Amino acid sequence: MELERVPIDIANCAKTYADGTRGLQPTDLHVQAGEVLALLGPSGCGKTTLLRLIAGLESPDAGSRIVFGGQDVTQRPVEHRGVGMVFQSYALFPQMTVAANIGYGLRIRGVAAAEEQRAVGELVDLVRLNGLENRRPAELSGGQRQRVALARAVAVRPRVLLLDEPLAALDAKLKESLRDELADLLRRLHITAIHVTHDQQEALAIADRLAVMRAGRIVQVGRGEDLYRAPAHPFVAEFLGRVNRLEREPGAIAQGVVRLGGAEMPCPAAWQSHANLLVRPEDIEVNTPQPGWGAATVERRTFLGDRVQLHLRVAGQPLLVADVGRDTPFAPGDSVGLRIHPDRLMTSQEANA
Amino acid sequence: MRNHTSAKAPFLLAVTVIVSLFMIAPMLLSVMAGLVNNYSTGLKSGLTLRWLGEVWENYGGTVGWSLALAVACVIGTVLLGVPCAYALARSRSRGARIFEELLTLPVAVPGLATALALILAYGQLTAFRQSFAFILVGHIVFTLPFMVRTVSSAFERDDLLALEEAARSLGANFRQRFMGILVPAVFPAIVAGSLMVFTLSVGEFNLTWMLHTPLTRTLPVGLADSYASMRIEIGSAYTLVFFAVILPVLWGLQYLATLIQKRHGT
Repeated sequence: MELERVPIDIANCAKTYADGTRGLQPTDLHVQAGEVLALLGPSGCGKTTLLRLIAGLESPDAGSRIVFGGQDVTQRPVEHRGVGMVFQSYALFPQMTVAANIGYGLRIRGVAAAEEQRAVGELVDLVRLNGLENRRPAELSGGQRQRVALARAVAVRPRVLLLDEPLAALDAKLKESLRDELADLLRRLHITAIHVTHDQQEALAIADRLAVMRAGRIVQVGRGEDLYRAPAHPFVAEFLGRVNRLEREPGAIAQGVVRLGGAEMPCPAAWQSHANLLVRPEDIEVNTPQPGWGAATVERRTFLGDRVQLHLRVAGQPLLVADVGRDTPFAPGDSVGLRIHPDRLMTSQEANA
Repeated sequence: MRNHTSAKAPFLLAVTVIVSLFMIAPMLLSVMAGLVNNYSTGLKSGLTLRWLGEVWENYGGTVGWSLALAVACVIGTVLLGVPCAYALARSRSRGARIFEELLTLPVAVPGLATALALILAYGQLTAFRQSFAFILVGHIVFTLPFMVRTVSSAFERDDLLALEEAARSLGANFRQRFMGILVPAVFPAIVAGSLMVFTLSVGEFNLTWMLHTPLTRTLPVGLADSYASMRIEIGSAYTLVFFAVILPVLWGLQYLATLIQKRHGT
C-alpha cells in the first residue's frame, strides 16, 4: 500500500483553554516526510494537546501555524485535514463488523462497494486480520482491536497518521510484542506519523525521533539514542531512564575534576562549573578495589534476573545505584572499587533554554 | 438458591407473601367483578362475557386510539428528544443546564395544570382542540423529559465522544456521524426511552382527562367515564380489557427491547 508522505511544520503553536489554563506553550516542531516521531512525556505535559491540535480536534491560539507539506491546514477541521487517527480506546464502531469499520471512511466518501471491498481486503492482509472480517469489535482481543483501528485510520490514505497512546490499553506482556509489530507496520506503511506515549520504551522502540515534553513545552527533540546518551536537559535524562546524581564540592570545581570515593576524573569541559552531574546506573563500573578506582561499600544487592542492582555508599556522594552483570559476586558489606568513564557523564542543567 | 433462603428467612417469606397477596387481591377482585352477572351476589350469580361485550361496544374505539396515540408519542419524542438530548449532552453552557431542569418541570407539575395551560394557549384553535393531536401534544410534553434524560446520559459517555471524533477524523460530516455512528451507538437507550414513553402515554390520565373531548377519548379516560356512569361490572370488565390489550403489547415491546439491547450490547 503506497501512501502519500508529507512533512509537517508546526510554528508558534499554542493552546489556551477556555478557563485560561495553558495546555501548550508556543511550540515549533518539524517532522520529516515518512518519519515516525514520538511525543513523549508524563501525563499533563501537553503531548495529547499537541496531537489534537495537529489532528484538528482542537483549535490552536491565534498566530499558530500548522502546515502539511506546504499546505496550511491550521483552519481546516479534522474532517478535511487528511489525517488518520488511532485513539487510545481505539473507538471502534461497536455495531459494525471489522470489515465495515475498516471500510467506513471509504464508504462515506462514496467509494464504490467493489473498490471498498478490495481496499479492505488489502488492509486486512496488511494487518493480518484474515478470517476475522465479520467479527464485531467486542469479539476481538486488545491487539486485534488495535490493528483494526490502525487499518481503519490508513484506509482513507491519510497524509499524516496520528497515534494517541496506541498501546496503553494493553497489558504489559502483550504490549511488548505489539510494540514491535506496530513499529514494523509503520515502517512498511512508510507514512509520516506522530505517536503520543508516556512510555519511554515504547517511544524508543517505535519512533525514529522523540520529542520529550514537560509542562506544555518540548524540552528536546532528537534520535532516541542521542537523547539517552547525551540529554541536553536533566529532565530528558531522568525521563528516558534512571540516573544518579554526582556532587562536586567547590574544591573539585576549582580543579576541574569530579571526585569519586578518593579517585579523581576530569570533568568534561562544557560542565566545568556545574555542582552536579548525572550518570546512568549501567555506566558505573564495579570491580574489586584497585588503584585508581574509587572506593565504595555495597549497601544492598538486588537480583533482577537479567542484572544485579547494587546500592553503593561512596564518601562525599549520595547513595549511588549501579546496574552490573548478573554474575557479580559482591554482597552487602563488601568493599568494592568503582569507575565512571568521563564520556558517560551527563549534564544536570538546562542548556541555555 | 430457594432452599437456602426459605429455610433461613421465614419472616421475609411471610412478609413477601402477605404484601403480594395484599397487592394481587384488588386485581383478582376487579377481574372477577367484570366476569360475574352481579357483583353484589358474587360468583353465585354466574359468569358472563356480557359486560365485556358491552365495553367493547361502547369504548372499543378508545383501545385503538390509545395505542395509536402511544405510538405517535414515541415517534414524536424520538424525533424531538434525540437531537435535543445530543445538544444537551454536548453543550457545557449554563443555558443548557437550566433548560434541562425546565424540561423535567412537566413531570413535577400536576398534569391538570399543564393541561389547563395548553387549553388557555391553544384552546381557541378549534380544529386542533378537537383532534387527537391536542392530546398528543400534552403527552409529548409530559413524556419528553424521560426520553431526553435517558438518551442524553447515553450521549455523555466518554466512548461516544471518542467514536464521534473517530468518525470525524475519517471525514464524516455531521449528518453522517449522527445517523451512522451516534444514533446506532445510543440505540439501546432510545429503545429503553421509547418503552418508557409508550407505557407512560398508554396509562396517562391527568392531562388527558382535561384535554379530551367526547370524541377524543383514550382508554384511561373511557375507564373513568365507565366507572362514573356505568355499572360497576362494566367498569371492571373495562379493566379486564385494559389488561388483555396492554399487557401483551408491553410484554412484546419489552421482549423486543431486550433482544435489541442484547444484539447491540457492548
